[in-house]
Amino acid sequence: MELFSHLSMGFGVAFTPINLLYAFIGCVLGTLIGVLPGIGPVATIAMLLPATYALPPVSALIMLAGIYYGAQYGGSTTAILVNLPGESSSVVTVIDGYQMARKGRAGPALAAAGLGSFFAGCVGTVILAAFAPPLTELAFKFGPAEYFSLMTLGLIGAVVLASGSLLKAVAMIVLGLLLGLVGTDVNSGVARYSFDIPELTDGIGFVAIAMGVFGYGEIIANLATPEEDREVFTAKVQGLMPTKEDFKRMVPAVLRGTAIGSALGILPGGGALLAAFAAYTIEKKTKLQPGEVPFGQGNIRGVASPESANNAGSQTSFIPLLTLGIPPNAVMALMVGAMTIHNIQPGPQVMTSNPELFWGLIASMWIGNAMLVILNLPLIGMWIKLLSVPYKYLFPSIVLFCAVGVYTTNNNTFDVWMVGAFGVIGYIFHKLGCEPAPLLLGFILGPMMEENLRRALLLSRGDWSVFVTRPISAGLLAAALLLLIIVLLPSVKAKREEAFVED
Amino acid sequence: MKIKSQKDFFAGLMFLAVGIAFAWGAVTYSVGEGARMGPGYFPLMLGIVMSILGAVLALKATIVETEGGDKIGKWAWKPLAFIILANLAFGVLLGGLPSIGLPPMGLIVGIYALTIIASLAGEKFKLTPTLILATVLAIGSYVAFIWALKLQMAVWPTFITG
Repeated sequence: MELFSHLSMGFGVAFTPINLLYAFIGCVLGTLIGVLPGIGPVATIAMLLPATYALPPVSALIMLAGIYYGAQYGGSTTAILVNLPGESSSVVTVIDGYQMARKGRAGPALAAAGLGSFFAGCVGTVILAAFAPPLTELAFKFGPAEYFSLMTLGLIGAVVLASGSLLKAVAMIVLGLLLGLVGTDVNSGVARYSFDIPELTDGIGFVAIAMGVFGYGEIIANLATPEEDREVFTAKVQGLMPTKEDFKRMVPAVLRGTAIGSALGILPGGGALLAAFAAYTIEKKTKLQPGEVPFGQGNIRGVASPESANNAGSQTSFIPLLTLGIPPNAVMALMVGAMTIHNIQPGPQVMTSNPELFWGLIASMWIGNAMLVILNLPLIGMWIKLLSVPYKYLFPSIVLFCAVGVYTTNNNTFDVWMVGAFGVIGYIFHKLGCEPAPLLLGFILGPMMEENLRRALLLSRGDWSVFVTRPISAGLLAAALLLLIIVLLPSVKAKREEAFVED
Repeated sequence: MKIKSQKDFFAGLMFLAVGIAFAWGAVTYSVGEGARMGPGYFPLMLGIVMSILGAVLALKATIVETEGGDKIGKWAWKPLAFIILANLAFGVLLGGLPSIGLPPMGLIVGIYALTIIASLAGEKFKLTPTLILATVLAIGSYVAFIWALKLQMAVWPTFITG
């Protein structure tokens, strides 16, 4: 079996002391930011990108990946104990998790989330390992027209994922695409939209946008809302073990959550958040067994299923990135940034040109998930203490890390001014109800889309029908169209808005 | 005309204006045609698409009813000003500002300035805990960035270290 020889090579890479250390650091950081409300994986990975310059590429990616899936574990702790989503993808965990804590069953809720996530993480990793090679084969058949259509599909997917107005989300994507075009055009050498500022001819720094909009913008918005009184169940966590009854209900929910999460993670535009929503909705549709607590009042299935789904989704969303080089969500867009920093062009060639990196990363995810279960269940007390750190100490630290991080990307204060400017822009977006995640995705895809569009039309001598006459390209565009139609259907539209109400 | 969703209306105007600006900029570059795209082709296309989206969004905001008018609400000027100011002060102190003859003051001075200014954005400001936080952050940053990650930047004011 080729898969096993690949995986054993991967484990060989992941089990070196240095990579174990970085996987551990990533998991700890991920749990930390997952637990702390108001800071998510996007801002954290953006902050840490510059710090990974000095590391070998495998270690850097292992650490950054750990932050993403680690945040899915940590987020549930805050959701259950504080009634606040520590991380956007635990929004639905709040509903039943907090109710369980109020009934003195915080322990089993935490255990359901942790064990469910672990199982889902293992399955997600196996799916990633099994599906990546055949998809890579397919990717080699892709020409520029297919890539362009695939990116269109990905961007449409991101729109479906975005909460709120579809129109705004599309506009944010286009804005992102345009911002991505700032800088020197590779074909003509013309410096576009750079206003004779030498720093801008290299394009706008990705880190500056991500930190400005997600870091500063969020802080300003958070400070504008007065601190509310939170009821924290810290002393009452005892008896982690779920009862036999709990297990009986948990297991099918975890299985369903894992399946949904794995499927939605692969889709462009998918990822942890969408997976959790979908899993909770499906769980709510299944019939209650006799003697079971209704949903919304502390049903263990309402914790186990979305938590499994968000972790499975966060693992499988690496598939489009590693096989096609196309990021399905904002976190994966940051991973593209991390790979390019280390001179690795994301795409199907990664598996053949950097097999150690590819399989090492996958193997590290399994190790990371095992570490996370230990970090999050026996050591839960440590994280609970963290919840008592007041925001007034937290936010100046975040501002500092953003400023230092962005300065070190180029050792140039120009980036510090840029992050300030994008902080203001991010706050404006917040005030106008424009969600920034699609912008980031557009920003990464902008130059890629232009390049592929240009090549496709050059090959077809300016004939636009090339996008629909090539079968794979036509199929991808049809999928994008279908997705858009589904979202616009009145019944689905109402459901979608309902699902994002808690956001 | 009555604005029924303030957020959508102004977001629409913003997209419209930015779209026109980008499209305007695009026509100053060579646009070319499909088979031979110039540097202006793709941005012109996107600029037009964005202005249309913005116009539709703004128009929709004057027609479709929303609950409570979807108000933008008060701008949080205080946190906005102090966070951005803290960021600017850090940049100026770290890199220096040759135009006014300010030499680089280094990371440590920058951290103290940033922490104090940023803390002013919060609801209650107390100097002592802020100074303690700044000291912790300064030591932590020194250990993490300079000592462990070996990032290159001025740590102390250049007039001391030379």
